Amino acid sequence: MIKQTLLAAAVTAALVAPGTALAVTEAEMAELRQQVQQLKRDYEQRIEALEKRLQQAENTTRQTEDVAVRTAEVAAKAEARSAQAESAAVQASARPASESAFNPAVSVILNGRYGNLSQDPAGYRIAGFAPTGSDISPGKRGFSLGESEIAFAANVDHYFRGTLIATVQPDDTIGVEEGYFQTLGLSHGLTLKAGRFYANIGYQNDIHAHAWDFTDTSLASRAFLGGQFADDGLQLKWLAPTDTFFELGAEAGRGRSFPGSDRDKNGVGSTNLSARLGGDVGSGGAWLVGLSNLRTTARNRSYNDLNALGTQVGNSFSGASNLWVLSGILKWAPKGNDTQTNFKLQGEYFRRTESGSLAYDTAAITPAGTQSGSLNSAQSGWYMQGVYQFMPRWRAGYRYDRLNSDSVKLGLVEAGTLAAADFPIYSRYNPKRNTLMLDFSPSEFSRLRLQVADENSQPGARDKQVFLQYIMSLGAHGAHNF
Amino acid sequence: MNVAIRRLFCCMLPAVLALLAQPALAAVKVFACEPEWGALAQELAGDKASVFSATTALQDAHHIQAKPSLIARVRNADLVVCTGSELEIGWLPPLLRQSGNERIQPGAPGYMEASQFVTRLEIPKSLDRSLGDIHPGGNPHIQLDPRNIAKVAQVLGARLAQIDPANAAVYAARTTDFLARWDAAMRRWDTEAAPLKGLTLVVYHKDSAYLNAWLGMREMGSLEPKPGVPPTTAHLADLVARMQAAPARAIVYMAYNSPQAAEFLSERTKIPAVMLPFTVGGSDKAKDLFGLFDDTLARLLAVAK
Repeated sequence: MIKQTLLAAAVTAALVAPGTALAVTEAEMAELRQQVQQLKRDYEQRIEALEKRLQQAENTTRQTEDVAVRTAEVAAKAEARSAQAESAAVQASARPASESAFNPAVSVILNGRYGNLSQDPAGYRIAGFAPTGSDISPGKRGFSLGESEIAFAANVDHYFRGTLIATVQPDDTIGVEEGYFQTLGLSHGLTLKAGRFYANIGYQNDIHAHAWDFTDTSLASRAFLGGQFADDGLQLKWLAPTDTFFELGAEAGRGRSFPGSDRDKNGVGSTNLSARLGGDVGSGGAWLVGLSNLRTTARNRSYNDLNALGTQVGNSFSGASNLWVLSGILKWAPKGNDTQTNFKLQGEYFRRTESGSLAYDTAAITPAGTQSGSLNSAQSGWYMQGVYQFMPRWRAGYRYDRLNSDSVKLGLVEAGTLAAADFPIYSRYNPKRNTLMLDFSPSEFSRLRLQVADENSQPGARDKQVFLQYIMSLGAHGAHNF
Repeated sequence: MNVAIRRLFCCMLPAVLALLAQPALAAVKVFACEPEWGALAQELAGDKASVFSATTALQDAHHIQAKPSLIARVRNADLVVCTGSELEIGWLPPLLRQSGNERIQPGAPGYMEASQFVTRLEIPKSLDRSLGDIHPGGNPHIQLDPRNIAKVAQVLGARLAQIDPANAAVYAARTTDFLARWDAAMRRWDTEAAPLKGLTLVVYHKDSAYLNAWLGMREMGSLEPKPGVPPTTAHLADLVARMQAAPARAIVYMAYNSPQAAEFLSERTKIPAVMLPFTVGGSDKAKDLFGLFDDTLARLLAVAK
């Protein structure tokens, strides 16, 4: 349109100008020229302005296009996100919308082994120490199922958490290993636990068998705790508000198992006090030391023994048992990263004094009948073990066990009523054992183990043991306890 | 004289007040499960918080034990900031249960799982341990996408203000300042990282999913046969064969991984292996969150050439 107007003006000027040229004066010509010049300038300005506007419009379009591209990108991203959200929603809706949605965390431990023992496990004793029988036995020869563990745990509400750990024994009995509730953040560093639980004695007592570094527990745990001490009762722990770990614990319980005994009595049958101190050393080390004192009152705590004539008699102890345990553990991994290699050093020292009365032949099957006298003992024992993960998934370990029975003072023997030979289990002896272990963990949830041991628990009955063991964890992820 | 008195007053007054009203003036104690959240808390709180990081960049956050020093720290913490999504499943719950500290139990303002506030990737469609150590909540290694850091920063800033209302204005100002600096840095990283788009990788563990999503990189395999299972010779041999047929551009492993498997694969296939800091402290240059991404990009760009 602009061009057309311009053209028209030019044509008009061309037609008009020559025709009138003759008639017009020089001055008029100059004026006309000026007017045309003016006209031309006007149009040029307008064209320039219009061109500018065109340019601007073009720019705007380009920007709009850019915005559109970006919007599309954002939309694509949003779409991807909504797809993710959708898949999350699908995941969420896949959860059972029923009562079972609040099912506790369930985990199962499968455990089994093959044992090769040079001595008959039925005759197993730890010479110089009282507990006898299945609690301390090294287990069956040949293939056997270990105890299978089934654990349930969940928060009860915002105050409490409940845990039940049941064991299915290979002889088809079901037991309650632990069954307790504990408080969730009682504040001020306090935690209260009630029910049946492994007592906070030394280091290893409250660790479940599947998390042990060896197939079996230490000789000291067998001799002083009958393997592992779980009691029915209460536990209160207090954690100090310091950056160094310092914890005090107090337990009161029934004292139902060795070194206590079940008894028909009100009140408290066992108390356990403990103190633990721990921290870090360097960039890759962590340590924990503990001291605990378990006091139990046994009533007719029985055991079987052979008298001087070789007759099996049942004896029983009634009295006070006082056990001190000092424990220490040091774990180390290069720069604290234990995935490649790591090392663990663990040791515990036990010292127990007992005083009370010993009843001989409680069933009165020998001619002498039931006799009773005093018993006083001070016994000790310790073990030390080291486990080294030398490459991912592979660990090797060594353990040394040692017990000192010292002499047990028996009133019946000192008075001459019976001979020391009538109490062979209390004859002085220092049992010891060397154990080597190699295990392979294909993943965090499975472990295969080979263990060989040379055990001298009884005079003249050296037991060479070989164990092959598997431990499989199913279900809820286990805790990485220290 | 006047100056001396004023200086004395300035120094003494806070000390006296601190003694009189310790809880109000004491720094917020932050327990961070991983260094990235520790660094973020420090950015947002400055001197108003004392921050403790439970792990270092050289540790695998899956495989930590509830050791005594950590129990002691959780007992005194006002705020626990962790990744969540079951990354700390083995050790955080035992720590919380043994702490006797009600302020940091799940559900309390003092307990925060960072992964709850970002869009999680790789949420498994089926759950079975035969698939390795997978996490029902999705891939928990969220910190290598800076957009996630920004999201978590907003929540963390608000949490700090909730726990310590007296200093709410400080946290708000620091959060705004951090986000502005972070936004600027992200724009810079986006430009710098342009050549990384489409880069193909072999990873060690599936811990770079968020980094890949951000930069548009693609994972072609992992050194671990299954998540959480260390590399096996059989799997590495298989990987060598695959990489010879269709090579990836780079082999990536993180500061806490052993370099052996990556170097083995790199030697056989001539694909360059690159160590990434993974989190704050994972390399000399990854001193803070900005350094973490600067160094991560620099290392990737060096192999992408």
